[in-house]
Amino acid sequence: MSQLLEVSGISVTFDGFRAINNLSFNIGPAELRAIIGPNGAGKTTFMDIVTGKTRPDEGKVLWGDMSRNLVGLNEARIAQEGIGRKFQKPTVFEDQTVEENLMMALQNNRNAFSVMFWKPADVDMTRVAELAAEIGLANDLRRKSGELSHGQKQWLEIGMLLAQEPKLLLVDEPAAGMTPEERAKTTDILVEAAKTRAVVVVEHDMEFVRRLGCKVTVLHEGSVLAEGSLDHVTANQEVIDVYLGR
Amino acid sequence: MQRSFLMKNPSVMIFLAVLAVFTVLVTVGSEAFGAGFISTSFVKTLGKTLCLALIAVAMDLVWGYAGILSLGHFAFFGLGGYMIGMWLMYERTKEIVVSSLSQGSIPPTDQEIVDGIGSQIFGVVGSSEFPVIWAFADSLFLQLVLVVAVPGLLALVFGWLAFRSRVTGVYLSILTQAMTLALSLYLFQNDSGLRGNNGLSGLQNLPGVTASQDDVSMWFFWGSALALALGYIFAAWIVAGKFGSVIRGIRDNEARVRFLGYSVEGYKLFLFTVTAMIAGVAGALYYPQAGIINPAEIAPIASIYLAVWVAIGGRGRLYGAVIGAVLVSLVSTFFTGGQAPDIDLGFYKVQWVDWWTILLGLSFVLVTLFAPQGIGGLFDLVSGRKHPDRHGADLGPDKGSLQEEEAER
Repeated sequence: MSQLLEVSGISVTFDGFRAINNLSFNIGPAELRAIIGPNGAGKTTFMDIVTGKTRPDEGKVLWGDMSRNLVGLNEARIAQEGIGRKFQKPTVFEDQTVEENLMMALQNNRNAFSVMFWKPADVDMTRVAELAAEIGLANDLRRKSGELSHGQKQWLEIGMLLAQEPKLLLVDEPAAGMTPEERAKTTDILVEAAKTRAVVVVEHDMEFVRRLGCKVTVLHEGSVLAEGSLDHVTANQEVIDVYLGR
Repeated sequence: MQRSFLMKNPSVMIFLAVLAVFTVLVTVGSEAFGAGFISTSFVKTLGKTLCLALIAVAMDLVWGYAGILSLGHFAFFGLGGYMIGMWLMYERTKEIVVSSLSQGSIPPTDQEIVDGIGSQIFGVVGSSEFPVIWAFADSLFLQLVLVVAVPGLLALVFGWLAFRSRVTGVYLSILTQAMTLALSLYLFQNDSGLRGNNGLSGLQNLPGVTASQDDVSMWFFWGSALALALGYIFAAWIVAGKFGSVIRGIRDNEARVRFLGYSVEGYKLFLFTVTAMIAGVAGALYYPQAGIINPAEIAPIASIYLAVWVAIGGRGRLYGAVIGAVLVSLVSTFFTGGQAPDIDLGFYKVQWVDWWTILLGLSFVLVTLFAPQGIGGLFDLVSGRKHPDRHGADLGPDKGSLQEEEAER
């Protein structure tokens, strides 16, 4: 199977500190993957590089069937290519309604002039309603998103990501600060999303990763330490030493 | 069925109605067309105030909605004024030169007329040659194009450089202020081609028009009211749709908008340029009513006042910007025009001409601290517009999990 994203040999150094060291990573078009690793392992920097926020010193980020190199493109261009990102802290536009948030994320032309003359068509309204139902906010469309609870904001952000219809979804600690029921629902949303697209989840919580039931990549000091099923990597002595044993 | 834009935005309807009633009242009270209890000079003050309201709307778009605190919009306003002023002064001087030369025994040549205009206009700065920038001064159409083109182009180039380097926040404000200061210092020079610190004058006289100032002042008043109405509708339309969502998103979290796939720099540049053009139009209507424009009008302090008006009126709502600009500039006219009675405290005499700025500064501080929504925030009490306000203690283990009131529902 051809790969959707192929990260090969990237390295990046901040002020002499090597945050990512010759890291390679592949993911297929419809795959769920969890990335775990101790603090400072380079998980967030890895996402920054893929989404264009940070530029690697060396290495390639190849994308899609055409194997296009994403290094050097800006964030907006990469997002338009079909890579969506969810931040650790829920970042929704609090001063705007749930509906406005979702509308903004919908897959439409991003050009300033077409946005100016854009009017929601029936398909857009239907899509927003569908998404809202999917993330459990169907009755809150008119509420300002700042009024939502923490968990609801997390879902809204996931909903916005789904609205973008990305081919690859990068999710940073989605379950942080959620109640157990909210976690279960988040798992369902992510597993469902991964049926049609690639999803990469960065997570600390082992229990959450276990429920995702997917291949796991362990990062340590900026490179891949182990890869495989959760049982496989947790049995790995090196992984136990650097991460689990502590 | 889609409802029309105006029906969906009642505040626009109310604003237009208030503006229309105001325009009719002033017309009825004017010396030219009505009872005459509003003096021509006060009609001019009101007309100028409408122009200030228009630039305040532009400022609110760029600052209140998109979060770009520009301290350069009065430079665009001044440039618009200079562009129309060049045509007014050229044509007016031409009339005078032609009539004086026609007293001679032989009719003057075209070159003699142009030379005559040149020495009349530039004699004050010790020159009689027309600088290159006056090349189109004899064409009203071209100068009107320049009213929007010059501020627009300056904003485009400046904005492109600044936004591309991702300069934001207070650093961008400082940059825009530096641009304003540089422009005003340049214009102060005699060889800038725009008569240095003398500026352009006599702009209240329209070439080829024999009507009295009573009439002319009303024409400009109507023009200003129309421009404000159109500018307001445009701004309200632009912020009502998804474009408005995106720019408010940029204000609140620029990085997030970027990851949604929107080119943040492009949106900022577009808005900065368009509002600079609106400011240019406002300036082109303002200065013929003021009669004179000089580089002091472009000084950074003017743009800072603009930010103060918008803050006092209420950022992020268009009628707030209008209220702030109208209220503060009229009150300012009252206090600095010597109409406010001095207060004699016995040991000290409070003279409002001096103390007004302190009063203004104080009210700015008070609004910022205690009423960040500005005067426009008062309308929320009536309309019931609510801001996200979560009460109650967190119930869960983490900050932000379900809160008391939500759980009780």
